Amino acid sequence: MTTTADESRALDEIKIGGLGSSRKRVEDDRFIRGKGNYTDDIVLPGMLHMEILRSPLPHARIKSIDTSRAYAMPGVHLVLTGEMMATRNLAWMPTLSYDTQAVLATDKVRFQGQEVACVIADDPYIAKDACEAIEVDYEPLPVIVNPRQGLEKDAPVIRDDKVNQADNVIYNWEVGDKAGTERAFEQADVISKLELHYPRSHPSPIECCGSVADFNRATQKLTVYMTTQAPHIIRAAVAMVAELPEQMIRIVSPDIGGGFGNKVPIYPGYVCSILASILLERPVKWIEDKTGNLISTGFARDVYLKGEMALRRDGKILGVRMHTDADHGAFFSDAQPSKFKIGLMHSAFAAYDVPAAHLTARGVYTNKAPGGVAYRCSFRVTEAMFFQERMMQAAADDLGMDQAEFRRVNFVNDDDFPHRTPFGFLTDSGQYAKCLDVGLKAIDYENFRKEQQEARKHGRLLGIGISTMTEPLGAGNSREYDILGIKMFDSAELKIHMTGKAILRTGARGQGQGHETTWAQIVAHELGIPADDVIVEEGDTDTAPFGMGTYASRSTPVAGAAVAMVARKIRAKARKLAAHLLEVSEEDVDWELGRFYVRSSPARGVSIQECAMAAYSNMPDGMEPGLENTAYYDPPNLTWPFAVYIVTVEVDPETGVWDVLRMVAVDDCGVRINPMIVEGQIMGGLTEAYAMASMQFITFDADGNCVGSNYMDYLLPSAWETPGYELHSEVVTPCPHHPIGAKGIGECAAVGGPAAFVNAVIDALSGTGVRNIDMPLLPDRVWEAITYRRDVSGVPPVRQD
Amino acid sequence: MFPSRFRYEAPHSLDEAIGLLRDGGDDVKVLAGGQSLVPMMKLRFATPEMLVDINNLPGLAYHRTDPDGSLHVGALCRHADLEFSGLLKDSQPMMAAAAPLVADPLVRNRGTLVGSLCHADPQGDWASVMLALGASVIAQGPNGRRAIPLAGFVTGPFENALEHDEIAVEAVVPAAKGTRAGGYLKLERRVGDFATVGTAVAVETSGDTVIRAGIALTGVGGSTIGATEAAAALTGKPLTAESIAAAVSGLPVAAQPRTDHRGSAEYKRHLVRVFVTRILTAGNGTATTGTPSAGERAA
Amino acid sequence: MTTVYDDLGDEALDEVPVRKIRFTINGKKKVAEIEPRLLLADLIRRGVGLTGTHRGCDTTNCGACTVLVDGRAIKSCTMLAVQVDGHEVTTVEGLASASELHPLQEGFRQEHGLQCGFCTPGMMLAAKALLDRNPDPTEEDVRWALSGNLCRCTGYQNIVKSVLWAAEKLRAEG
Repeated sequence: MTTTADESRALDEIKIGGLGSSRKRVEDDRFIRGKGNYTDDIVLPGMLHMEILRSPLPHARIKSIDTSRAYAMPGVHLVLTGEMMATRNLAWMPTLSYDTQAVLATDKVRFQGQEVACVIADDPYIAKDACEAIEVDYEPLPVIVNPRQGLEKDAPVIRDDKVNQADNVIYNWEVGDKAGTERAFEQADVISKLELHYPRSHPSPIECCGSVADFNRATQKLTVYMTTQAPHIIRAAVAMVAELPEQMIRIVSPDIGGGFGNKVPIYPGYVCSILASILLERPVKWIEDKTGNLISTGFARDVYLKGEMALRRDGKILGVRMHTDADHGAFFSDAQPSKFKIGLMHSAFAAYDVPAAHLTARGVYTNKAPGGVAYRCSFRVTEAMFFQERMMQAAADDLGMDQAEFRRVNFVNDDDFPHRTPFGFLTDSGQYAKCLDVGLKAIDYENFRKEQQEARKHGRLLGIGISTMTEPLGAGNSREYDILGIKMFDSAELKIHMTGKAILRTGARGQGQGHETTWAQIVAHELGIPADDVIVEEGDTDTAPFGMGTYASRSTPVAGAAVAMVARKIRAKARKLAAHLLEVSEEDVDWELGRFYVRSSPARGVSIQECAMAAYSNMPDGMEPGLENTAYYDPPNLTWPFAVYIVTVEVDPETGVWDVLRMVAVDDCGVRINPMIVEGQIMGGLTEAYAMASMQFITFDADGNCVGSNYMDYLLPSAWETPGYELHSEVVTPCPHHPIGAKGIGECAAVGGPAAFVNAVIDALSGTGVRNIDMPLLPDRVWEAITYRRDVSGVPPVRQD
Repeated sequence: MFPSRFRYEAPHSLDEAIGLLRDGGDDVKVLAGGQSLVPMMKLRFATPEMLVDINNLPGLAYHRTDPDGSLHVGALCRHADLEFSGLLKDSQPMMAAAAPLVADPLVRNRGTLVGSLCHADPQGDWASVMLALGASVIAQGPNGRRAIPLAGFVTGPFENALEHDEIAVEAVVPAAKGTRAGGYLKLERRVGDFATVGTAVAVETSGDTVIRAGIALTGVGGSTIGATEAAAALTGKPLTAESIAAAVSGLPVAAQPRTDHRGSAEYKRHLVRVFVTRILTAGNGTATTGTPSAGERAA
Repeated sequence: MTTVYDDLGDEALDEVPVRKIRFTINGKKKVAEIEPRLLLADLIRRGVGLTGTHRGCDTTNCGACTVLVDGRAIKSCTMLAVQVDGHEVTTVEGLASASELHPLQEGFRQEHGLQCGFCTPGMMLAAKALLDRNPDPTEEDVRWALSGNLCRCTGYQNIVKSVLWAAEKLRAEG
């Protein structure tokens, strides 16, 4: 028997800041006052400053390094070179992808901007002066700026430091059904082909990377404050690299000014600052400058696609074939599940009912910074979904079919779940057609097509682009997912104090996603404790339970689930305390939000706060005191949010400049903990999608010089260029296996967004025969496509006079 | 990103400033807005031995029209002062169009028009505008003042005609002899980007006839380009589709763009034609930026 | 004031040119003895110890370092600290009064105008300069005024709403 309406004393979940409440953010209090605590804000007594000297050449032998003039400068304490690091076995370090990476160059430099030496001085200005005084003698070597060059027969071997490396190939990998796919292509009425390049991009949070390393000789403890999205992974890595015992390493991730995957890898600067602190027995601060960040840290994308689709005349997809070449730079250093060399590229086409598919992937070394997996990519799902939706666009055009209709007839139907994708993923939920309907209605699709035709008569080019995505979030189950052998679970530790207030710590580490706000909402949902009464901490490995950090949109699916589970463990114990307080047996006790009550006499109950007090002052015999617990969550499967993004544009045929007219986003991410925060994440992702589609990329000239290593060349849109967004949240398909039905959202818009913009511009150009313009669709590229009626590639090297 | 060391002086009078330049040696730079110089110093592309900061010199922040109709812009008049100037909106349509397109709003609060001319960046917007208007720079040195026409003021990329002991104190735009019209169009991929191409077009008409025209180009050569032949082709006749087309056809020769990551030389030449045609066809001062934008920004 | 340095060389300390300046920051009068090459952003962060003003880039693009000098919004990474001699500086720490947040701060919170918070101080100060000049801006005016401040997290839409929220509140307060 449950309580009747007038007997219910359940708390109003929205009022207490539970699920669905657009609770204002806890983090804001300090940020709006300028009282954030970012790594560069940290000042320790006796702290010194480190600056890195970087290579101006992309590929060169180091003949000699002379640091004597640097040492002679007043205020300089230490100058580190690769040679010095080598005596401590620290010139090279293992990467998160089982490769090795140079900390400071020894034999060669392998990309422009690579770390060659560093100076530790009293003041960052002096450290910079001293860097300029270091003389390095280089012998230039031939340069490789794209995978094709790297695969040529007489290409120089970049990784001649590796014993068994005869060429520039890192890996070959494949997945899917080769024979079945070939059969599908034999049966096809139409074969649609597309080749394109997803250019190198960079997450570029406004805050650069940095660390303050503090080795205390007296206690033998190393504390490192640093910009990291995954402090426990760093602790494990530092223990390996620096050969310090793990319990004597404390990694503290303070406030982070944006991560987007840029702050997951371990960078040479961190390692050097740690070594310098150990040698000098003083805190050493290293704060990167923007050039260092753009030219040397974890970039994103840079993958080449050869895609083919086997199609039946009625629009049904019979098979998909993809080959991808990934440009990894000089070291293979991605943070990604170790089983999948090309990340989750094989999540492509998961939303469509494709019977057979085959993917081959190859990774290649080039003379560029290491990386590839970053920038809201969910482990290369950005590439997978971009390739998918660009191929879908081309296929619809090749069939002469409407873009929306072509997608609709191929969607996985609502009642086909669980659905095994052709590459082996298991999707479990979604309402794809409904999302498409909502989107098309919002953008007024039919009318737009009419407007488009009318405008064309006057020489105006309007276009509409559709993009869909479903993505595997919440990596991942321990059977399949690990990084460096560590399984990808996450954790939450909850302590309820005697007055019913609480402190929650998790193994995640937000960088603006609002965990301090949203995790408390989950606790409010599970325990009825007002969210304002729950303080949330993350980021200190001495206090936080072990977790794999925040990236790939995994925190709500995994850490959020752990929060729900630990709260349930606590509720289970509180139930026993309630029974004791109410003097009934546990079977007679029911729960409503915030309160246990006697089933047969609902007016008799105790609040969760009373249970908390009892845990310290009135326990039943034999019960351990206290109301605290920890949960580790190994997700049973990935979650699969789905989205439809639709963009309309107008292209100026005379200049190639295009403006976004409208941008509609329909996101089904399951249950939304905090709708306001979810929308913020979507808009951020859409802006990055717009940026990549319109102006933002890193390229290289024929000499290997990086174009895009500062904000004059690496273009981030401002409020002026960035369009406005119309967000739709009507479709909610809860995740069937997640404790609160949430799926995650952080990266969806960056995953699905770019193709919507590109498809819109290509659609505006329909009639010219142009099938592809590589991103970014800069005005000169669009103009070239229109004027010469040809595809435009963005593959480096960039043309220069 | 920090500058290397330098000596710094902040004089309080023009004579004092000139004296510092005269005695300061070869490697002295004048600091006004600093929005071009300080970034170069932070990247250590510029490493002057001494900076003479003129921000404390009195009476240089003005911009005004004299009774004879000439416009005078003082050395400490900031881009923002010009952007929000009611004076310019009424009488100088091309300058009013250009001012909001210089850099970004924050940089405009410090940077100066005169400083921008002295910096002589081939990507600089004001040099084209001033060249098209037939403006001059007034230089003051130990021996007094002189006027240097813009065409002779910029002598190469980042080089100007000032003597080492002269300070530019003013820019002067001569009075219009007819009715002013014109505009400045710039293709920037985003606000604050250097111009892929910028075109400054100024015409003065008397009745239907164009009595004076000036066309200057940003970003399509080693320094600002004065398209004097194209301008001449407009003069002495009414502005018609034919005269515009004839003038514009000569422009690709004048422009000397390079192919780079902003586009091919061919694209830039094409943009020059398109922008000049648009300005001449649109009439009085209405210019829309070549930046993709959440909304159009009419001058 | 006593300053103690490590003695690491023979070069006389007084060869480093140092200049004495007087300025006001958030209403407080300060004296500083600094090298001319010290950037204003570093004077604020390391000299005065106010870390709400952030450094984000090398090329005067991002605006995370925006402060007000004599009420004008400028990029403090591109001004020499010596140039504020005799002038007034306002940083984010000077926005709130002793008892109340500034409507801009409140607006950013109400409208979710920040995520990681790194660009936020600069955004608010650039917005303040706009509202001081134009108390009733359109969305377009706001986007234009903030076009020198970059944000990676929010997509700007909520930042615009935050500024308009603050504008309305300021107008209501009279």
